[in-house]
Formats: sequence, C-alpha cells, structure tokens
Amino acid sequence: MSLYRNLSIRQKQVVWAWGFLALPIVFYCVIRFYPTFNAIVLSFQSWNLLGPREWVGLDNYAKLWDDPVFWKAFRNTFMYLILGTPISLVISFVIAYHLDKTKLLHGTLRALYFLPFLTSTVAMAWVWRWFYQPVPIGLFNNFLASMGIAQIDFLNSTSNALPSILLPAIWAGLGFQIIIFMAGLRAIPTSYYEAARIDGVSTWTILWEITLPLLKPTIVFLVVFSSIGFLRIFDQVFNMTTNNPGGPLDSTKPLVLMIYQTAFSSFDMGYAAAQTVVLFAILLVVSLIQLRVLREKP
Amino acid sequence: MRTFKAFTYAAATSFAALVAAAPASAVEIEYWQYIFDARITAMDVLIDNFQKANPDITVKQSTFPYADYRTKVAAAIPAGEGPDVVQLFYGWLNDYVQADLIQPLPAANFPADKIEAEFFPMVRAMKIDGNYMALPTAVRSLALFYNKRMFAEAGLTAPPANLDELVEMAAKMTTKDGAGNITAEGLTSGMTAQDHHWWREVVLRQFGGAPYSDDNKTVTYNSEGGVKALQFYADLEAKHGVTKSTFMDEPQAAFKAGRAGMHIDGSFRIGALKDTRGLDWGVAELPAGPDGTKSNYASYWVNAITTKAQGEKYDASVKFMEYITSDEAMQIWLDTVGELPAKPSAAMTDANLADPVFGPFVAGLGYANTTVFVDESGQRQVLVDAISRMMLEGQSAADSLAAAATAEQVILDGYYKK
Repeated sequence: MSLYRNLSIRQKQVVWAWGFLALPIVFYCVIRFYPTFNAIVLSFQSWNLLGPREWVGLDNYAKLWDDPVFWKAFRNTFMYLILGTPISLVISFVIAYHLDKTKLLHGTLRALYFLPFLTSTVAMAWVWRWFYQPVPIGLFNNFLASMGIAQIDFLNSTSNALPSILLPAIWAGLGFQIIIFMAGLRAIPTSYYEAARIDGVSTWTILWEITLPLLKPTIVFLVVFSSIGFLRIFDQVFNMTTNNPGGPLDSTKPLVLMIYQTAFSSFDMGYAAAQTVVLFAILLVVSLIQLRVLREKP
Repeated sequence: MRTFKAFTYAAATSFAALVAAAPASAVEIEYWQYIFDARITAMDVLIDNFQKANPDITVKQSTFPYADYRTKVAAAIPAGEGPDVVQLFYGWLNDYVQADLIQPLPAANFPADKIEAEFFPMVRAMKIDGNYMALPTAVRSLALFYNKRMFAEAGLTAPPANLDELVEMAAKMTTKDGAGNITAEGLTSGMTAQDHHWWREVVLRQFGGAPYSDDNKTVTYNSEGGVKALQFYADLEAKHGVTKSTFMDEPQAAFKAGRAGMHIDGSFRIGALKDTRGLDWGVAELPAGPDGTKSNYASYWVNAITTKAQGEKYDASVKFMEYITSDEAMQIWLDTVGELPAKPSAAMTDANLADPVFGPFVAGLGYANTTVFVDESGQRQVLVDAISRMMLEGQSAADSLAAAATAEQVILDGYYKK
C-alpha cells in the first residue's frame, strides 16, 4: 500500500487508467483471443468432443482441399457476396436518393423501410420459407396456380434456391443501408448543389460528379459492412433449409453452415476448426483490401 | 414469548427427528438425460418407485437441451462431476467407450447370456469384448400411419399389405389441381425425415439388397437389389406421382393436416398425433416386399454407468440400472412415452400386440434391423443427396447409388480406420 502512496499524482493516474483498461483486456483475451488461438491449434488436431485431442498435422487441411463440398460451399459463400453486396447497395441507394427528396410522409416511409431490419432473422426466414412452399400452402405458388401457371420450385432446386434465400437477406438489410445512405446524403453541403444548378448542370451530372464522389466514405463503409455480413450468412440459409441444411445438393450451403454441421452433427471438431481458420483468413483478406481502398483519399 | 419458545423447541425436535429418520448410509446418485418432456416425466415416475423400494438411495435427475448434451457429458465425467448413470443414443456407444466415459455393466448382475435371451436381438450392438456396456429401457420402430377418412373416401377398407398395394392405394388418394399440382398426396415422402431408415433397412432388403457388411464397415447396397430399391423409391414421386417430397414442408405436417393418406414414421410420433383434433388415423405394419419379405428399423436410447460412479455410488447405480431395465419400468415407459419395451417378454404381451396403436409397432420389432451408424446425419445426407441427384439432375438410379455408396464408404472409413 505504501508503494502506491509514494507514487506521484501522474503515476497514480496511470495506475488507475491501467486498472480500468485491464478489465476489457482480460475479457478480450479470455473470450476472444484464447478461443481463436485454441481453434487454430485445434485445426491441426483430431477431436470428437469426447476423447483426447490427437495431433494430425496438416491432415485436416489436406482433407479440406480434396473435399468437393468445401469448394461448393466456398463458391456459394462468394455467390452470396458477389450478388448480395452490389444488389443491396444499388437498391438502397436508389431508395435513399429518392426518399431524401420526398417530403410527403417522409418519416413514415423511412420507418417502413427500416422495419424489416428490426425483425428477428429466424422469424423472417420461416415466413419466407412459407411463402416459397409448393401448392397448397405456399403464398407465391398458390398465386401462380390461381393464374393457371405451373408452380416454381423455389427452394427445391439447385439453381433457384440460392437466389431465393438471398432475396429476403437483401431485403432485411436494406433498412440499415438506406439510413446510412441518407445520413451520407444529408452530410453533403447544399452549396455544391446550388453552384451546380447556377451553372445549369444536368441532374445526371450532379449525381455522377458531386453526389457519388462525396458519398465515397459512406459507400466504402457499407461495402465492408455488408460484405462481412454476406460472407458470414447462416441464419437465413439454415432456417429456410432445416430439413436438408444447405441443400438441395449443397447448392445453398455457405461456409459457416458447413462449419456448424461438421462440428455439431458430425462432431469432427478438428476439421471444423480448419474450415474456420480458412473462413477467418478470407474475412481478414477481404477486410484488409477494403480498408486499404477506404484510406485512399479522393 | 412462551409460545414462541415452545414453538422453536417443537420445530427443533421435529427437525432433529427428520434428520434422524434419514438412514445413515444415504447415497445420492445422479441421472442425466436430454430434454424430452415425456421421457423426463417417465423417469420421474421410475425414480419415485425406485426410491420407495430403496429408501437409502436417492436419484437426482438432471436434464439438458439436446444441443448441449454431448458437450456437457464429455466435460463433466472426466472432471469427476456429472452423472453416475447416463442416457445416450445407441449410435454414440463407441465414442463413449473410446473416451472412457462409461464402464461395463457388471457381468454378475447383467450376464450376457441372460440379456441375449431376454432382450431383442438388436441390443447385441451394445456388447463390446463380451461385456454389455449399456442397456435400453425402450426401443422405437417404424409403422405405417394412415388417414381413415381419406381411406373411406377412396373406397379403401384395409391398409396396404405390400408395396404394390401401397402404390395402388396411394394413387387412389392423390388429388391434383388444374395445373397438375398435388393438393393431397397418397403417401408422404422425404429422405430427410424417416424415409432414409425405411429405405436402408426395409425397402432395400425387400428388393434383395443389404445395406452393410456383417462387420458394418463396408457399404454393400450398390447392387442390383439396391438399384431396384432406389428406383422404386424415386418412382413414387417421378413416375407414379403419388407423393412430393417437399409437399407441406414436412411429411409429418402433411399427414397431421389431413392432406396425406399414408405416412411412415416412428412410434415417437404417436404422442403428437394423439392430440391432433379432427384427424382420424390408424396404424398398420409396414407393407411387405415383392416376395413377402417383412422388415423394420429399430433404434433406441440406452442407459449406462459412467466411470465417475465408484464405491457405494457404483453399487447404487447398478441397482438403479437393474430397475430401469426391468419389465415393470418398460411398461411404465410405454404408457408414458409411447416407446416400446426392449424385451419381447414385456413388449410382445397379448395386450400390447392387440393394442390398435402399439400393436403394429410391437409386431415390427420382431423382425427389425438396427443400423450401426457412425455419423447418422452424415449417412442420412448421403441418401438425401442420392435421391436429389435423381430428381433434380436427372441422374440414373445406378449412377446415383454408386456415388452414394462411395460417399458413405468415405464416412465409414474415416471412423473405423482410427
């Protein structure tokens, strides 16, 4: 105690600062870094949750390389990303751009667009799953049947299932993206627009030369945010295909779902850890690239 | 004040008496199972009866969600915590034995020849190196549920006796709308539900195939019989149009909603159907094969003594195991959970066989086979994909089955080479 009493005020401040900082640091080490490190170690081992862990070297990674399901899941994950991110950004920008100009019922409309984002993903996935069912219960197919059109296999099809699952995922994320875009639009000084109008520039040029360039930080933030979201997609896929998770024929299976199944229904923890390390590496690389783009000044 | 003193005194004496009444050698053992309401109720009844007969032993039941169960067991037992007697799925036995979580049942109390004489033959899968590691209280088998109202409307009087009749009757009950979409199906189907069991252990054998070699290490269904069996199953939807695997999302949902004439499912479905209003259903044995072969699939949950139980807890656990594998316990289990007794002496009673609901399930047990799974969901997925390749990608039954056999062999090799 006397040790503490002999410290100067400045030193005491440092001690207190570290005292408070220690808590989140300990928390982070125990809850985040330790399991992460452990998962990396586990990816070189074989473990079924019950017995002892055994070292197997690079076996899990070799198995991964040769596993056609992994490559399919890998491809699916990027399909979710490549389709999901641009489509959702374009739609949300168009909506935000026009919503920004709307005075009538502005608040109500904004709230309506934001609502899906507040809904539980699981509940939403099950409602959409019901929409997609074949006759006699599915909403869409009942409508088609009443028009005399043959029903569409939305989920039970290797080509339709992935877009069908992606659609509600995009829809659910729109609200958030619209709000961020609107904030970005509001942040652009009106003087630029006034100057452009005095010069008699067309609306298209204003959008292309003023609005979009000045929205760059917003766009980059949303790209990073939604990319990570689509790379980690799980809830929608799992809940809409619980009978045959990631099916049919693995056509909708993303990496996260494959990891979950390997770990908790096949109890092959080492192999699941190897998949996790690969996913971690992908997320890291994608984020680093995007952050680099963010840092470049316009 | 005086009355308060008297009260305290009285309370103290009666408390002392209470403590004294408990026998000095009280042992408490712990029993673990995963959460399944009917089973918890049944176990409470069994524990009650057991404690009445053995006042010096108390049994504490703990239950966990299915998703956490395996992890909890694995973490607790090596730490000297957790259950003395534990419930596990029969397919997990090898994993539990290899991880040293359970110990053999004492041969003195559970002699192998007695078990083999008394229990259904499928229980032999629980024997490792001559010792029985675990025993079930109850077993489950498959049967054909049928909708009596739809049968009457189609002019049918009895459930199908064989596969030809199954297809014929299903066709009579299937209705379609103007666009050709099924609005009521004759038979439910879905490899993702119970059909993979029905195909693997019943249909396949009825067409002359066999799922695995005798040591269960080799896939043997890629044969002429296997191709015929897979073709038969695919034809139900593709050729006869009496079923649609995605109809009403799940097979059991279609049957429950009164939109399916027939449905193959396990005895555990009885409870859910019993409470469905307006559904008039019956149960029949699974239809026989083209040459009259009958088969069924049975599965079970077993109880075992863990390595944590030592000394007096071990003795108490042995007594508890003896009780929960007795005929009396099995009948209680049947009445409460609807799962069938694991011994012919308790299952094949005249009352059970004559029961219109339990009867067909009990009869099925007499000729049932049990699959020794190494990864049930993985092995199910193989068959799900086999049928998907035929339905969605137009692959032939022979090619699809060959691919399935290769994929499943990889799963088996991965497990047995250890």
